Amino acid sequence: MLLTRHLGELWRYRALVAALAGRDLKGRYRGSVLGFLWTFLNPLLLLLVYALVFSVYFRVQMEHYAVFMFTGLLPWIFFSQGLMEGSGAIVDGGSLVTKVLFPQQVLPAVKVVSNFINFLLSLPILLVFMLADGLRPGLTILAFPAVALVHVVFTFACVLVLCVATVFMRDTRHILGNLITLWFFLTPVLYPLTQVPERWRWLVYLNPAAVFSLSYQDALFWGRWPRWDHLGLLALFSLVILAVGARIFEHYKEYFAEKI
Amino acid sequence: MSSSPAIEVSDLVKRFRREMLVRDYGTWKSLLLRPFSRQRRRDLVTVLDGVSFGVNPGRTCAIIGQNGSGKSTLLKILAGIYKPDAGVVNVRGRVSSLIELGAGFHPEFSGRENVQLNATILGLSKKEIAERFDHIVAYSGLGEYIDAPVRTYSSGMYVRLGFSVAVNVDPDVLLVDEVLAVGDEAFAHKCEDKVNEFRRAGKTIVLVTHDLGAVEKYADEVIWLDGGCVAARGEPKPVIDAYRQKVAVQEDEIRRDQCVSAGELKQERWGDGDVVIEAVRVLDAAGQERAVFQHGEALTLEMDYRQTKPTEDLVFGVAISTAQGVLCYGSNTHIDRAELGQAPPRGTVRLAVERLDLVQGTYLLDVAAHDRDGRAYDYIKQIASFAVRSPVGDEGVFRPPHRWSLSPRGEA
Repeated sequence: MLLTRHLGELWRYRALVAALAGRDLKGRYRGSVLGFLWTFLNPLLLLLVYALVFSVYFRVQMEHYAVFMFTGLLPWIFFSQGLMEGSGAIVDGGSLVTKVLFPQQVLPAVKVVSNFINFLLSLPILLVFMLADGLRPGLTILAFPAVALVHVVFTFACVLVLCVATVFMRDTRHILGNLITLWFFLTPVLYPLTQVPERWRWLVYLNPAAVFSLSYQDALFWGRWPRWDHLGLLALFSLVILAVGARIFEHYKEYFAEKI
Repeated sequence: MSSSPAIEVSDLVKRFRREMLVRDYGTWKSLLLRPFSRQRRRDLVTVLDGVSFGVNPGRTCAIIGQNGSGKSTLLKILAGIYKPDAGVVNVRGRVSSLIELGAGFHPEFSGRENVQLNATILGLSKKEIAERFDHIVAYSGLGEYIDAPVRTYSSGMYVRLGFSVAVNVDPDVLLVDEVLAVGDEAFAHKCEDKVNEFRRAGKTIVLVTHDLGAVEKYADEVIWLDGGCVAARGEPKPVIDAYRQKVAVQEDEIRRDQCVSAGELKQERWGDGDVVIEAVRVLDAAGQERAVFQHGEALTLEMDYRQTKPTEDLVFGVAISTAQGVLCYGSNTHIDRAELGQAPPRGTVRLAVERLDLVQGTYLLDVAAHDRDGRAYDYIKQIASFAVRSPVGDEGVFRPPHRWSLSPRGEA
């Protein structure tokens, strides 16, 4: 089957995915004085900025708001960065696309993996903040790997489609950048679900990013199990997009080298 | 070794959409407007048109041809980077392509890290990399620089490192695109050694290059691509000669166009006009106008003149000098004591040169009509230019017919 072949190739080239993701991660801060420390420093500083804006200026009336917001923000950064970088993976692949032969899905996969690792590396900071704020993560933290797995599959599936679209229509990236901003505010990251009028909540559940955000918040912040039904449906949905994405990718990949 | 060919290509066709060639990236806008534009949708350029050939295992095959003849496209199809639009391509065995050296090098990483990365990209397993790593580093000859970031490398170092990785992939089929031309002398020798080593080891090599000397040295067979078709195929010598001939003819046409405009010639003309040189032609042995000659060919100069006043002692002269202005040869009908008889009022003077023993280069031609004392009737400097092509790289201006020999001393 096409999907299994597609993923099988990816698996056979996992060493390359790892090597390129490592290049991305290590290369990002190479040459800077603080080096790899930036991987931790960046989310930390971001957290402080958001905490300043929403706790000091906007004075959001919610206990442990900074930690709450951070629980949703970190996965969102993974998701949005993954989409942005992933959609340009083929176009930015340069000589790796035009001059070397290997399964091209490696390139978008690398962007998802490297951003996911970045996400994982920022989790200790979240943990430190939780503890500093007097919060103890509950047992529900065990749901995290399941949520993260679905999240990665969903992100990769989207990226597969987007990176193909970007090859043929360079506008995709610019449109995507704006859409992501809109999507961010439509997703309960900065606000809890309870802020959404009851009438419109069903709409929130139609937003995959919202389901992820809520799941992370449940597991890490509220200390309750995520909505498995929503997550399960989303997992199925992700697989469907993945199958579609793989088909689109496989169909168009022969034109990549010519189009770039 | 199996007897089936290592590379089999039959009726290969490759087309590109023209908009790709002019880099018109598809945008939502162009996509939306396309139905309304007059540009036909299937505007295709055929880059390879029915190419067929086979290369047996252990043979070295060179692909030659002018720019845009489809050489690199063919190589990319062999490497599997492009898909053919029609036809069959079969490449048996592990392929390593020296199409791009150091693809995926990260400028901020050290040479050492990039070797790891590049080897992974080229499909080596962790174990294979570990085994070959020291050899790759040693082979690159970068010494202590191997731990410096690649962005600090000179382009030569960059290529050396990329080359070291690529050739240590241990391929069955090696595709080489013009990379041997970079790097210094020592690197060129290394490349040469490596290619020879591959040949001894019975690897199949496909080489794309403009260096016809290298082709003659390495290739067992040559494919000449012209306009996307195989123009000739076979033993190196005849194919290369045919190719050279074709290039010379084309060059000739271009040069002749330039000569008509005479843009680059700094023509000067003086004289009292009692005799006017009306036309000058440079002809080959067949009497055709030519601007490019092979060394040793016959050449004839023709001058049409007209006398506006009757003159007694008309002398015609010709001078050939290099593009740098060094006079190679100058003579006239008086010096040569040519017995031409009384010049008619209108006529054509011919100077037949049996052998053009000039070395490769561009030469400028001056012509003159003057009297015996040197008073010019019409003197034209740089009226025409012609080029001499030679497969030999000797220097100077003049090549006397010669031959080398060697004998022990004391005998004869």
